[in-house]
Amino acid sequence: MAKVLMKGNEAIGAAAIKAGCKFFFGYPITPQSELPEYMAREMPKAGATFLQAESEVAAINMVYGAAGAGARVMTSSSSPGISLKQEGISYIAGAELPCVIVNIIRGGPGLGGIQPAQSDYFQATKGGGHGDYKMVVLAPASVQELTDLLMEGFDIADQYRNPVMIIGDGMLGQMMEPVELREPKKRNLPPKDWATTGTGGRGHTNVINSLFIDPAECEKHNLKLKAKFDEMEKNEKKYEIYNCDNPDIIVAAYGTTSRIVKTAIDKCKDEGINVGLIRPISLWPFPYEVFEEYADRAKAFLSVEMSLGQMVEDVKLGVNGKKPVYFYGRTGGMVPVPDDIVAEIKKILGGAK
Amino acid sequence: MAEMVFQRTKGLQDRPFHYCPGCTHGIIHRLVAEVLEELGVLDKAIGVAPVGCSVFAYDYFNCDMQEAAHGRAPAVATGIKRVHPDKVVFTYQGDGDLASIGTAEIVHAAMRGEKITTIFVNNAIYGMTGGQMAPTTLVGQKATTSPFGRDKNHAGSPIRMSEMLATLEGPAYIERVTVTTPAHIRKAKKAIRKAFEAQIEGKGFTMIEVLSTCPTNWGMSPVEALRWLEENMIPYYPLGVYKASEEVK
Ligand SMILES: Cc1ncc(C[n+]2csc(CCOP(=O)(O)OP(=O)(O)O)c2C)c(N)n1
Ligand code: SF4
Repeated sequence: MAKVLMKGNEAIGAAAIKAGCKFFFGYPITPQSELPEYMAREMPKAGATFLQAESEVAAINMVYGAAGAGARVMTSSSSPGISLKQEGISYIAGAELPCVIVNIIRGGPGLGGIQPAQSDYFQATKGGGHGDYKMVVLAPASVQELTDLLMEGFDIADQYRNPVMIIGDGMLGQMMEPVELREPKKRNLPPKDWATTGTGGRGHTNVINSLFIDPAECEKHNLKLKAKFDEMEKNEKKYEIYNCDNPDIIVAAYGTTSRIVKTAIDKCKDEGINVGLIRPISLWPFPYEVFEEYADRAKAFLSVEMSLGQMVEDVKLGVNGKKPVYFYGRTGGMVPVPDDIVAEIKKILGGAK
Repeated sequence: MAEMVFQRTKGLQDRPFHYCPGCTHGIIHRLVAEVLEELGVLDKAIGVAPVGCSVFAYDYFNCDMQEAAHGRAPAVATGIKRVHPDKVVFTYQGDGDLASIGTAEIVHAAMRGEKITTIFVNNAIYGMTGGQMAPTTLVGQKATTSPFGRDKNHAGSPIRMSEMLATLEGPAYIERVTVTTPAHIRKAKKAIRKAFEAQIEGKGFTMIEVLSTCPTNWGMSPVEALRWLEENMIPYYPLGVYKASEEVK
């Protein structure tokens, strides 16, 4: 397929349909409304169903029902709406249902603003909803990568019977870039023989459930989930290493922020400062080992985020005390500019000599 | 007692109910199960259990089941029915589940005319959590969170869901019944059957509200509870058909 120019939000829709997503349940919220609008237009043509729910709470529970019924299904929202979905996400993880959830993050807390942010990192990677659960969280930095990860996300969800979250921000959602919808690497996907489709002579009933009233049973269920999360940690880490051969300092950044950092890296190069970048693509599972491995090569680390410091905690865990870890961030919808990142790097290197 | 109540039905699994003695949840389960069996749709039925005393409904009904979060059963059922429009999808919900935390979900499922059947068990109290006030608790009725009786000025007057939902265009059939006597049980079964038939024929959303007892949290014997229901609940929640679209009549 030839490359076509697409807006991030619409590219998500095109990639989802291409990946065989047959159901979309959503609710309008800026800055992701082009996605449900695109789905409302395009899904019927593909023999798929778009339904606008009465709330994000209802949307995620429709996802639960549809996923439990065996369908490929997704929902999308932005920060305040994702907060409302947390109950459902926890139930979906508990009942082991596959689905894809997109969060086009905006500034918070509360109603916040509608401009780009990365301040939902904790919510996405550390739980968000109640209980011991994890979901794969993928953070693309370009429209191409957005479509690649989205398509693969459906397979990851099906492989592990677990929700997968794709996060971006309004910049990525609005960005027009050339994309080619590419099939992900083939995975062995188990049959959905657990789905509620009506017994139809199956000989036993299928039940979708997350209730285990006996604590011993509930613990057993949690341990089963844990084994699955361990498997995901082993298999699903993704990251990019950029300019890290001989760096003075290594910056950690993900999503659109990593692109701004790359510009800052070029500017530093002009001034004779060598800056590397580790870009986590999977925020969970987080590539801790990579940070530990590169800790010997740099004098210091700097986490640059559109938040007041969330991923930096994982960077510190990865670096494991071997080198100082600094933080620079803008928040509330303010975007860091390359010159400020360069200034921050100089400040750190000046002090860390 | 009417014999049919105690006939074995293939619609239920061979497991003992966990319900308190005299609780009418069990009778209502049986009626739903018998109707599914008699309509020959057990192998294409998918039920949604609520959060409440009937949370274990997924262990009782002999068909595929999903357990939903508190109040979300109509949204879950919407997801299921959109995936399997040819299957028979139902929710089984208490009054805290449907008339309090899940009001948005039930109203909008009804508005959309989702082709599902909701069995709404109204016992005027939160059973599972130990007898707190529900939106359906009667004015003056004592509950653990209305220890002096529900005060209208403080907590408002009870909500009548069947009447409210009947104002919408989406529902094809809504009826309120009870199960306090063999005659009422027969009527209730007929209503449940009508609702499922209307769903199967694709007419729209259907709901049967069943006035039910909670002897345990009402602090009564099973027999007293049946009498209390008839004397206090039926006057406020009149039995009858609230919505029957042209085709269903
Ligand atoms: C989000 C959430 N809030 C509260 C509860 C606790 N809870 C469990 S059952 C229930 C009330 C059930 O009452 P009702 O729907 O009337 O059903 P009944 O038990 O009377 O059959 C509540 C509040 C819960 N499980 N989840
Ligand atoms: S608590 Fe009430 S509603 Fe629940 S099983 Fe006992 S009698 Fe029935």
